[in-house]
Amino acid sequence: MAGAHGSTVSRLFVPGNSQMHRLSPEAKLIAVVAVVAVIAMTPRREMIAFALYALGAWAVIATTRIGVLTYLKRLSVIIPFVMFALIVPFIGGGESVRVLGVSLSVDGLWATWNILAKAGLGATMSIALSATTAVPELLHGMTRLKVPRLLVAIIAFMLRYIDVLVEQLGRMRRSMVARGHDPRWLWQVKPIASSAGALFVRSYERGERVHQAMLARGYTGVMPTVSEQRASTKEWLTVLLCPVGAALVLIMAVV
Amino acid sequence: MHAPDGFLEPSVAVITAVIAFVAVSAGVRYAGRELGDRQVPLAGVAAAFIFAAQMVNFPVAAGTTGHLVGGALAAVLLGPWVGMLVVSVVVLVQAVLFADGGLTALGYNTLNMAIVTAFGGWAAFVLLRKLMPDTSAGVVGAGAVAAGISVVLSAAAFSIEWLFGATAPVAFDTVFGAMVGVHVLIGIGEAVITGLVLSAVMASRPDLVRGAAHLSADELKVTSRVGFRPFVIGSVFAAVVVGVVVSQFAASNPDGLERVAIDNGFEESATDHALASIWFSDYATAGISNESVSLAVAGVAGICITLLVGGGVVSASRSARRRQTA
Amino acid sequence: MSASSISVRELGFRYPGEHQDALRGLTIDVNAGERVAVLGPNGSGKTTFVMHLNGLLATQSGEVWIGDTPVVESNLMEVRRLVGAVFQDADDQLFMSSVREDVAFGPANLGIRGAELGELVERTLERVGAAGYADRNPHHLSGGEKRRVAIATVLSMDPDVLILDEPTSGLDPAGRRELIDLLSSLTQTQLIVTHDLPLALQLCDRSVIVSDGCVVADGRTPELLANVDLLAEHRLELPLGFDPSRL
Repeated sequence: MAGAHGSTVSRLFVPGNSQMHRLSPEAKLIAVVAVVAVIAMTPRREMIAFALYALGAWAVIATTRIGVLTYLKRLSVIIPFVMFALIVPFIGGGESVRVLGVSLSVDGLWATWNILAKAGLGATMSIALSATTAVPELLHGMTRLKVPRLLVAIIAFMLRYIDVLVEQLGRMRRSMVARGHDPRWLWQVKPIASSAGALFVRSYERGERVHQAMLARGYTGVMPTVSEQRASTKEWLTVLLCPVGAALVLIMAVV
Repeated sequence: MHAPDGFLEPSVAVITAVIAFVAVSAGVRYAGRELGDRQVPLAGVAAAFIFAAQMVNFPVAAGTTGHLVGGALAAVLLGPWVGMLVVSVVVLVQAVLFADGGLTALGYNTLNMAIVTAFGGWAAFVLLRKLMPDTSAGVVGAGAVAAGISVVLSAAAFSIEWLFGATAPVAFDTVFGAMVGVHVLIGIGEAVITGLVLSAVMASRPDLVRGAAHLSADELKVTSRVGFRPFVIGSVFAAVVVGVVVSQFAASNPDGLERVAIDNGFEESATDHALASIWFSDYATAGISNESVSLAVAGVAGICITLLVGGGVVSASRSARRRQTA
Repeated sequence: MSASSISVRELGFRYPGEHQDALRGLTIDVNAGERVAVLGPNGSGKTTFVMHLNGLLATQSGEVWIGDTPVVESNLMEVRRLVGAVFQDADDQLFMSSVREDVAFGPANLGIRGAELGELVERTLERVGAAGYADRNPHHLSGGEKRRVAIATVLSMDPDVLILDEPTSGLDPAGRRELIDLLSSLTQTQLIVTHDLPLALQLCDRSVIVSDGCVVADGRTPELLANVDLLAEHRLELPLGFDPSRL
């Protein structure tokens, strides 16, 4: 679940000057989604394809110049599913094989591989995107990709205020701890839940005040337009190399 | 749960993506109609709240912690359309920025965590509200139980998606039983927490709770309290009953299933397999001792979910129209 | 940069569901370019009053004029360009993902685009002493920086009137001084709601005391602040040892 986030929004972007950093956000978004889609569609037995994908992923990691440790840390988010994948051969049905005296489902082993490979590669690409693209840039990219302005604006506000709310929550928790509250059982959850309720009220009231501030600066319900710098053709060509390359790998493997 | 890329077959990913796309687009439009130009700041801050609330470690037992899903809570607080939209935004941001949930899994993740919980939860809430007194406590109680139900619905929805698009040789029965069983327990936590949060909000700003909009000022003042401990105990008991019933269906206890099958004339014949192979994943249907019964369970669960979610949508649209003409 | 006069006549207001008027017959005239401190106890209606000046609260009874422009529904866009309001909590005003976008929000709503908008943002940030902050995340600014950027977000709309609600609250002494210096350098008409009496003395020649929804005192700041009884009557007090007559 969401509780495993080590970094809040402001720490997602890792500043740098790599090629990935400098690419325009809309190009990166499309490329990442396309590559992950191709990977997800690849039949799991095409090991060569996955080997090539892995090489590609390594190239991406290297290009971002961010450090493997950051990737590994953020990959921890898929751990619950890694656990599920690891259990599957023990509970899966179908033909089985004996490994070290234990009976494992053959299909189950393939399934483990399938989940690990696709989850790992998909998450890696996603991390590459979020680490090299600052939030305002990402939002501009989405707008240029014709995502409805209203939706982008809602996302923008959400990201802007997450850190504020998390800090408020932290302060509420500290004041509870300072008064000796150390809950371990469900029926002791009341103060925490009450502070969550209080947080909702404060958040809503803040939302109303922000609305007033927007009105005061001439807001009419339509978010003002954003700088129109678009990705150059050259950028699109470079960036689409990735999904096209991946698609070629897939086609070669399947055909 | 934020499933990663490739967890379900591409066919399921695509179909659920289309459903989610349609729902979220409609959500943006409906939210605009309900909130007007307050839509952006309110939905944005509410999404931040849900995100923050999901990060809170709620104690469950002996120091282990659980987390809020929040779909039903969002629906009761903000109304089902805005609630669904808000949680969808959270799911989207978690996938794109935090790699929590695959980009290609957004369809089913959004469907399970935002759409089913918000609309299913709202529908359950509206139904339960009728059984409860028209007071603050009634709203809190209905909201709490609805939240518990929404989590179970979410698990059932995922199981049905597994039936169509499993990528591992684990039978639908097992997945359904395990998912729903575990989520019945999670649902207890969700119910308790949702109830307490609702209670806190009702105490200071009841006007912010959409689910209480029908209450008059006097009804709001009635402070008959549902005792907390009895509530927890009652929920646990209810959950255990539900859990036992559900697991009877899905338990790979061939005797129980066979009995039901023979009694009702569902005996398997060699030709019955035709049903399964085209639509359903071989993995999900293999190893089930009686396919017809399992598919019947899936069918019933699917119908329940569809009815509740659909009912939630209809109820939401109707009340939206009523408020517009009022 | 121009300045407008403010004219408020018999302003009355009651919040829905309340049993008492928040404002009763509030009347005040402010000359163009004047700086007036609005003092008074909590709950006196000061904030309710100033929220009428940019149309955030619709007038229930009475009239509000900004220069020649009446504050009515049909004029709201123009009024909001004329009147820039800076609220108490800067986080409520810095709602975009970067300082640049926040400062650009107002003028963009007025139709300014492209390179012109970019230059306007840079100029305004320089004006408030926040040059180079454009690409920063508002969340990471200090209290004083946030306050100055918040002022920039309204300054970029080229207002004639500035309303500030408790501008020095939460600032450290250096931040406070920087803010006072900035406000002194701005030529717009300024209404400053504040509990910071030394600020009122330093910045504003004229002060009014709002209490119970109307203006109960109006005069030159040094004289008002010297009247200890008047201050005490409305829950106001000078800081210990502070003697306005010695300034």
